[in-house]
Amino acid sequence: MLLQPISRRFGILALSTALVLLAGCERAVLDPAGDIARQQRDIIMISTGLMLLIIVPVIILIVLFAWRYRKGGKGTYDPQFDHSTTLELAIWSAPLLIIIALGALTWSSTHLLDPFRPLAAKDAPKPLVVQVVSLDWKWLFIYPEEGIATVNELALPVDREVRFDLTSTNMMNTFYAPTLAGMIYTMPGMRSQLHAVLRRPVEDEGYSANYSGPGFSYMRFRLRGLDAAGYRQWVDEARTSGRPLALDSYRELVKPSERVPVMRFAGIDRDLFRRIVERCVEPGTTCMSEQMRHDHP
Amino acid sequence: MSDTPVHPLLGRFTWDSLAFLHEPILLWTFIGVVVLGGAVVGAVTYFRLWGYLWREWFTSVDHKKIGIMYMILGIVMLLRGFADAVMMRIQQVWAFGPSEGYLNAHHYDQIFSAHGTIMIFFVAIPLIVGLVNYVMPLQIGARDVAFPFLNSLSLWLTVAGALIVMVSLFVGEFSRAGWLNYVPVANIENSPDTGPDYYLWALQIAGIGTTLSAINMVTTIIKMRAPGMTLMKMPVFTWTALCSNVLAIAIFPTLTIAFALLLLDRYVGTQFFTNDLGGSPMMYWNLVWLWGHPEVYVLVLPVFGIYSEVTSTFCGKRLFGYSSMVYATVVITILSYLVWLHHFFTMGSGASVNSFFGIATMVISIPTGAKIFNWLFTMYRGQIRFELPMMWTVAFMLTFVVGGMTGVLLAVPPADFVLHNSLFLVAHFHNVIIGGVVFGLFAGMYYWFPKAFGFRLDPFWGKVTFWGWVVGYWVAWTPIYIVGLMGTTRRVRHFDDPTLQIWFLIAAVGVAIIAVGILGFVMQIYVSIRNRRALRDATGDPWDGRTLEWSTPSPPPFYNFAFSPIVHDNDAWYDMKERGVKPPTSGYRPIHMPRNTGAGVILSALAIVFGLAMTWYVWWLAIVSFAAIFVVAIAHTFNYHRDYHVTPEEVARTEAEAGAGA
Repeated sequence: MLLQPISRRFGILALSTALVLLAGCERAVLDPAGDIARQQRDIIMISTGLMLLIIVPVIILIVLFAWRYRKGGKGTYDPQFDHSTTLELAIWSAPLLIIIALGALTWSSTHLLDPFRPLAAKDAPKPLVVQVVSLDWKWLFIYPEEGIATVNELALPVDREVRFDLTSTNMMNTFYAPTLAGMIYTMPGMRSQLHAVLRRPVEDEGYSANYSGPGFSYMRFRLRGLDAAGYRQWVDEARTSGRPLALDSYRELVKPSERVPVMRFAGIDRDLFRRIVERCVEPGTTCMSEQMRHDHP
Repeated sequence: MSDTPVHPLLGRFTWDSLAFLHEPILLWTFIGVVVLGGAVVGAVTYFRLWGYLWREWFTSVDHKKIGIMYMILGIVMLLRGFADAVMMRIQQVWAFGPSEGYLNAHHYDQIFSAHGTIMIFFVAIPLIVGLVNYVMPLQIGARDVAFPFLNSLSLWLTVAGALIVMVSLFVGEFSRAGWLNYVPVANIENSPDTGPDYYLWALQIAGIGTTLSAINMVTTIIKMRAPGMTLMKMPVFTWTALCSNVLAIAIFPTLTIAFALLLLDRYVGTQFFTNDLGGSPMMYWNLVWLWGHPEVYVLVLPVFGIYSEVTSTFCGKRLFGYSSMVYATVVITILSYLVWLHHFFTMGSGASVNSFFGIATMVISIPTGAKIFNWLFTMYRGQIRFELPMMWTVAFMLTFVVGGMTGVLLAVPPADFVLHNSLFLVAHFHNVIIGGVVFGLFAGMYYWFPKAFGFRLDPFWGKVTFWGWVVGYWVAWTPIYIVGLMGTTRRVRHFDDPTLQIWFLIAAVGVAIIAVGILGFVMQIYVSIRNRRALRDATGDPWDGRTLEWSTPSPPPFYNFAFSPIVHDNDAWYDMKERGVKPPTSGYRPIHMPRNTGAGVILSALAIVFGLAMTWYVWWLAIVSFAAIFVVAIAHTFNYHRDYHVTPEEVARTEAEAGAGA
């Protein structure tokens, strides 16, 4: 009597949840502009499908057994039934088979989509390098080839591979633009890397996905995917309108601040990123690599 | 150390430290606590209960009373942790676009840190430890745990930790660095305030309690089983308790050391986890997750044991696949050490490292899946009675498989690169912790409550609790899964995108439904105590149980068993009932029992003073209280009156009274 509402409501609930989850997935990442994000979306779909192969029958069986073997129901009662080698084999091997399939997918896709791995073949044109620094609480993007830098605005040419080199000044953040590619940590004293490419023009946003203190909620940046001409124009604008990013303006930038508007800089120190990573921006401080050479000659 | 001025007498405490005087929300909370606390203290004084409480409860070394006190601690702290959850949900519904909500970052960041800390360390752990404490010795036919005083000390150290966290609500501030007190946020340069210190001292003190308790439980299970109970005849709950506590012994020292190193960074200027001079914040993450992931299994394994006991009892059937259940538990125990790195795939370890940890994580789903199937086939050809514990078990099975699926999805590194740190992840672990641990704790509480108190809990309010929690869970967390898939991040205080608001609104409604469940539970306890005569269970075995705890009267006498039972079967009590074995009613012999002691309470009270003194840099008090801890601990070793013998006459009298009740 009691069981009926339980089992029915639950069955419907569980199934509709699975469907809603998939629908939500479609809404959010149905059509990312980035190649990597698209492939990651595919992995999510395939893995979910693989697991539903076993989850759905289990849910159905739970509801079915709960109903059929309720007290006063029609199911036969056998209090001594506690072992069956065939069943035991089945219940260990069914999940095992799914995990073997999923494990194979994991191994290949993890290597294929490794953020350190360049996307294009070796002889392809060199990727655009963007150096990303997370500060408290804003993003600094340095374009060493263009000689410009921006705060909280990331413009990328469509169809050109980009290599991000990332670090942080103080807190740990993750650099995450959902439409472009999965996230990667920015960590003080360390350099991480991410390769990605946009396949069509886009106006979107990115942010830090790792809590990093009071200004974290506002640590957002504009992501602009521009065609070749638009990108050139954007770079030129930055070059003409930007202030120089010298030591004093960098010091000003490092100070904690929240809700920082977009800034543009022209005339940058091409060694700045390395010095941030090595924690020796301030004159007179020792870079990590020098220290290591000194410690371990 | 932070460079705030340190007063020789008061440390860094000033009148400004009384945070509640400046914040209306805290002020009202404080007034509420004072009024409620005053009412409780007044009532205890009025009814002259202090002596009774001190003699019969606070100083008790009886594992049953200690178990009950652990449960009370967990339930009280659940109310606090839930209040934090409600505040977060309200903020996230409110703070969209131009609106900043009602919590500033300073307050909001403390709330989400405290919520996680409290729910894991002071709700889940005490509730699990409490149930294990109460049930496991009865299940193995023992009269108490191996080290009864240690048990009392463990409880009170856990209470001490909880009290230190509660003090931080009003005096100074709690950590704003997340529930694991992450560096670099918790480094002294970034958080010179008292927050991380409160966190670290509270958890160091409570952590010692948890470690000691785990040692105690493992020793008890290894050494004190009734004659005939070989390892492969132990009830599954005892097996899972064993594995869970072995895990706890292995991992808690890691956490203690990580916290000790961070304390050194914060107090004496070492550079273990700082950004400079060779410090590595990443190392802290490794250490805390080396604790953190196995901790999930410390919590969930005993709960799997509860589901096994409940399923078998209410299906009126032996558990299907007992040995594969045991092997699955042991396999999970071992594998749980090998997966911690999946908490930071996105730090950019190489592809091979990430693949290894991803696949190791998925492999855990094989024994876990086997467990689900074992419960399923226990139901098969059973005769299922849908009493409250069984309702929770079916709800668990249906909820948990979804959480398991999203967990395996997160273990696929390319998927995790998209979903890490998102609300999808938050929804996943609430799915397994609420749908797994909390549902199981309710199943366990309803199952064993009649054993502990001699009366059942009111079924109507029990159903209100059940539906409130189960429906509330789904309404609250399905939308969080969805916004997570849309790329929304955790720990965010303010949103720009207005299309997300509707999902947070639904989630808030879900929390309101859970609140109905929680209120239903409080009502249920109240109504059941009022109607305890009508709900009385005189048999000691209200569910037609199968394991030894049901062979005793309810509540069991303080010595549990007048005669040690002799075990011939996995379902020892069911086997005795089948064979018509009756316990003898004469020929009692003296029973060797431990004597109560206040040393645990006193040591823990001193530990609170020490923790607070260190947090506030009151060095003289820290030195005095630490010396006092040392003195009391040594003095206690000279206590030679630790045990006594219950006379056969008293045993006969107690047994006759219990028999008369039956």
